Amino acid sequence: MRKRLYLLLFVGLFLVLSYNIMQMPGKSTVDAPAYNDTTEHYLNESIEETGAINVVGAILADYRAFDTLGETIVLFTSIVAVASILKVADQKKKEDDHE
Amino acid sequence: MSFLDALIDHINYIGAMALFVIGLHTVVTHSNLIKRIMGINIMGTAVFLFFVAIGNVTGGVPPIIDQTNPDAVYINPLPSVLILTGIVVVVSITVYSLSLVIRIYETHGTIDQEEIAKMTSEDRDQ
Amino acid sequence: MNDIIIKSITRLIIPFIQLYGVYIILHGHVSPGGGFAGGAMIGTSLVLYTLVFGIDKSKQKFSHRVSEYAESGGILLYVSLGLIGIVITGSFLTNIEAGFPIGNPGSVLSGGMIPLLMVGIGIKVASTFITLFHTLIEEEVV
Repeated sequence: MRKRLYLLLFVGLFLVLSYNIMQMPGKSTVDAPAYNDTTEHYLNESIEETGAINVVGAILADYRAFDTLGETIVLFTSIVAVASILKVADQKKKEDDHE
Repeated sequence: MSFLDALIDHINYIGAMALFVIGLHTVVTHSNLIKRIMGINIMGTAVFLFFVAIGNVTGGVPPIIDQTNPDAVYINPLPSVLILTGIVVVVSITVYSLSLVIRIYETHGTIDQEEIAKMTSEDRDQ
Repeated sequence: MNDIIIKSITRLIIPFIQLYGVYIILHGHVSPGGGFAGGAMIGTSLVLYTLVFGIDKSKQKFSHRVSEYAESGGILLYVSLGLIGIVITGSFLTNIEAGFPIGNPGSVLSGGMIPLLMVGIGIKVASTFITLFHTLIEEEVV
């Protein structure tokens, strides 16, 4: 009973989301709002400004390199977080064993 | 007929919404913590699909500029780059929550959310 | 795992996975891929080594000391390349204006500092993969 209720709820949620998503511009063309001046600039000027023909690489490591620096710091922070959860408790356990 | 055309135009978005609802369903209805982390991952994948679908261009080629063919239509490179950041964040979240699950298992001896809630409420009653 | 087939195949295939990862990293500016994809490949090859030969042997190959240097080295390479831009032009992480050679677009030696940044990202991602995996499976769950 409860499972069916949940299923009904989520099917309803899916229908609402789908109805709303249908309002978005559907045709995937170069006239879509997401394909704006920024994109055009990246596609037209990236060879002159960065020398890389892979535009994704050019944006990743030149136009938005600071963003990528933050990304590597996220990786660093995840290691620190995992180590602070797992390693510290290990040391505590060892100290308890010695006592 | 126009409804079917609109459906085909939006099929990527609808797929993303279906993935999101599946992930949310997994998070809400399962009490196993590992399955919940899987649900969060599925929700993240839905967001990636939605974002990359925005940048799609029908008949476009990947944004690697072909200097011999100046008329080529390229897809939008910007959502792809932003999603690369998102993937890293989801990996970090997954690892962090997995380490929390390991710690929870060592403390309580189970990874079932309802059993943990029962145990903590019993502790409080005593 | 003590299966001779798995051990032989793994020993045979790991160098090729790593070589392909290095190829993906170094061609990040002329073909699909880049630091994240290639670094994930190299990290996954090390995870495969750990799964097959065990954590002890894997620790000998890729110890905590090595991972410390790789983690910090990746970010240090990235930041020091950015600091070159600060010294020359006054803004962080500038590419062409800071005097990096642009090269011939389409060849491997092009794009100024982009391949170098990709190498830094690749080292970082690979070492992060293997360090996180070691940290998670080292835990002795009772």
